Amino acid sequence: MIVAKRKPFAEIMAMLQGFNKVLNVGCGTCVSVCLAGGEKEVAVLNTELEMARRLGDESIDIHGHTIERQCDREYLAELDTIIEEGKYVALMSMACGVGIQFLAERYPNIPTFPAVDTSGLAVNQAVGSYEERCRSCSQCVLGATGGICPITLCAKGLLNGPCGGTNKGSCEISSEQPCAWFKIYERLQGQNRLDAIKKINTIRGWKDQSPRNLTQPGYKQPEKMAK
Amino acid sequence: MSTETNFNSGSNLEKVLKSGQFAFTGELGPPRGTDADEVREKAKFLKGNVDSVNITDNQTAVVRMSSWAASLIAIQEGLEPNYQMVCRDRNRLAMQADILGGSALGIRNMLCLSGDHQQFGDHPDARGVFDIDSIQLIAMVKQMRDEGKFLSGNDIHMPPKMFIGAASNPFAEPFVWRVHRLAKKIEAGADFIQTQCIYNMPKFREFIRMANEEGLTEKVYILGGVTPMKSVGMARYMASKVPGMDVPEEIINRLKGVEKGKVAQEGINIACEQIEEFKEMKGVHGVHMMAIEWEHMVPQIAEQAKVLPRPVFD
Repeated sequence: MIVAKRKPFAEIMAMLQGFNKVLNVGCGTCVSVCLAGGEKEVAVLNTELEMARRLGDESIDIHGHTIERQCDREYLAELDTIIEEGKYVALMSMACGVGIQFLAERYPNIPTFPAVDTSGLAVNQAVGSYEERCRSCSQCVLGATGGICPITLCAKGLLNGPCGGTNKGSCEISSEQPCAWFKIYERLQGQNRLDAIKKINTIRGWKDQSPRNLTQPGYKQPEKMAK
Repeated sequence: MSTETNFNSGSNLEKVLKSGQFAFTGELGPPRGTDADEVREKAKFLKGNVDSVNITDNQTAVVRMSSWAASLIAIQEGLEPNYQMVCRDRNRLAMQADILGGSALGIRNMLCLSGDHQQFGDHPDARGVFDIDSIQLIAMVKQMRDEGKFLSGNDIHMPPKMFIGAASNPFAEPFVWRVHRLAKKIEAGADFIQTQCIYNMPKFREFIRMANEEGLTEKVYILGGVTPMKSVGMARYMASKVPGMDVPEEIINRLKGVEKGKVAQEGINIACEQIEEFKEMKGVHGVHMMAIEWEHMVPQIAEQAKVLPRPVFD
């Protein structure tokens, strides 16, 4: 899933300075699962903001509303009446960067602020604890690396690793960080498939260097891509 | 291989190795500023005592005068550079451009390296480029040189001449994989290899034995890396703080066993013993002496190691 971390409180306070009627929009999908921006987190943040403003002898009229996902127009549509009637001067979104942008785009005349820092595509290792595994590079090589991503998990993104800095199974950057290529070697050895990495992985192009648009075969792009 | 007269670059290092003689290369770290004289000072100690000298490229991810610039200063001083290029700081366009520029100005040896991660250095939050990795870089230089083509497939007007080097760390784990990685570098086009500095001789002997067995030492020139220990502190630091380094207790104990003030000399003694063994070791074609920030000791070490005079070609 996409994981995110709530921004430091001071940063959120600074962003909302001067805005006194705000709607904080949560998201029920990825950021709910990773405990960053779901209904509960929206309520907690709103309470913190109210208290902090009061301590500063100011106030804030901040409401919260959580929709299923912010990356789908059909769910964003729910907010239309709420926002129109609420006359908010600013929106805050606790969704991932994708959702925040879709929300901002739908209400372009109202400033929208991100309450979280989107932090990658990750697996759920334990409640509240996530490990990045994918960089969505559009050229998955997992078939040749035993299911371990060198682009994400090798600090240098090597395709013919490990480098000379590999340190007893750890990456040179930290003994806490496993060496991806050490793990790839072990995994492929266990499957008797070392040939996959004995040959040279030749140069690849990078497919993520400009904004990507994906349309599935058989489907069409909408007439006018939303600006 | 040793009888080849077909030169890839015509460099002095290439000539030494192709003539079957034992090569001896050095290392020079560029300054953290614009003072070209700092390079000239270090070059003075190395000239005539080594066949060519590695010019490091933002080593340990710390910004220094660029390796191509320091390489050109070395050439001006009559010292042949081994131009190091890391994958961390440049993309394929900049790399190809620098290779053309370097070759145009007389650089003839190049080392294709991954590069220490930027986290180690003085700009830890910098973006690491790693557009291509070291093995892909070797293949790219070979393609430029032998096929006269850029990576894109377009023709190069007057292809570069370059003797292609790479690094090898025999001590990283998994140990059995290191020989396979060496094989990949050779397949990609490496002409010569410099190893990480060697302290664990039994392990290195095993590595070379495996390399010999695979026939790799017939296909590439291998220079064993040697760094004399200056102090017990340095030995301990390298043993515990430098990733991929293997320093056996015996070495540290041997340095501890001599009286204070004599440790540096003992470090040199150990290095010279290694060099003597490398001269006779099948599969080792020379030594790469990394006396970083100790360049002024190279003449003495070269003397004691009995590698002087260096061969000279017309």
